[in-house]
Amino acid sequence: MLLIKCPHCGERPEIEFHCGGEAHIARPLDPSQLDDVQWAELLFYRANTKGVMAERWNHLHGCQRWFNALRNTVSDKILRTYMMGEPRPYIGGEAQGAATGTLSYPAPGERSK
Amino acid sequence: MSDHEMIAERRDVFHAVDNLTKPSNNESCAISVAAPALRFGLRMDATAAAAAGKPAGFDLSQSINSLRQSVADAASGRLSARLGPDEWLLIAETGADAAEALMAGLTADLGDVAHTLVDVSHRNLAIELTGSAAADVLNTGCPLDLGDQAFPVGTATRTLFAKAEIILCRCENVGQQPLYRVECWRSFGRYMHAYLQESAELIGARV
Repeated sequence: MLLIKCPHCGERPEIEFHCGGEAHIARPLDPSQLDDVQWAELLFYRANTKGVMAERWNHLHGCQRWFNALRNTVSDKILRTYMMGEPRPYIGGEAQGAATGTLSYPAPGERSK
Repeated sequence: MSDHEMIAERRDVFHAVDNLTKPSNNESCAISVAAPALRFGLRMDATAAAAAGKPAGFDLSQSINSLRQSVADAASGRLSARLGPDEWLLIAETGADAAEALMAGLTADLGDVAHTLVDVSHRNLAIELTGSAAADVLNTGCPLDLGDQAFPVGTATRTLFAKAEIILCRCENVGQQPLYRVECWRSFGRYMHAYLQESAELIGARV
């Protein structure tokens, strides 16, 4: 059984948790200014990293708080968990060319080129 | 072979497995449904809660995943479990007619502090387990480490038991024996009780 360290509750069994997808996606301040391509990319396009990826997780059957986790998508090992709102830590071993800003996928419009 | 005999035969097979896993021990586990109680879900800021003292006799000062019990005051038992950074479950072992008075008392004591307070008395029921095998019985459906080090007296947390979400409280020991209070949704009550009963029999505890 995989143990996941909730920042509030400590190490708890995996089945208490729920994954909420990629973390640190900057939401647009004014969504009405986005065109359809940008909007679609914001909603549906994700980095889908092979290697270390920052994800949002919810301790659904525990404290029910959201937090962030660095997970290696190859080994399924959760390397670090940290509070919502904290910047993403870089711990080494990230995939080559991984984005280093808060936005971990190409800016809107770039991917479709 | 009649239908009746077939059913009887299937039960025999089940009990054969049962007997294999049954250790010859002297462990015990008493499972009982707790008396009806009043319950409130309280959400408020952690620092505000620390400043609030004891609204209506409920202690809110504990750390996350722990509980406070008090039976001293005349209004009988109070139990508050902190389930998250800003969430408490308040349980009062008093009659249902006290709900409005208790709600008013809590609201008055909390005053202007921003909070949400919801009466969930009828949503939950509680099952109490006590005896030397109580932790073993709970571990048949709950993956948490229930050893004395990891889950000492005064621990309370939301977790899973088989297919039901529960709030598991380790209350004050009764004599030498541990006492666990399992809060579950009322609709899961029969499932929980039957599962616990069967687990106790399966591990060979005296029920």
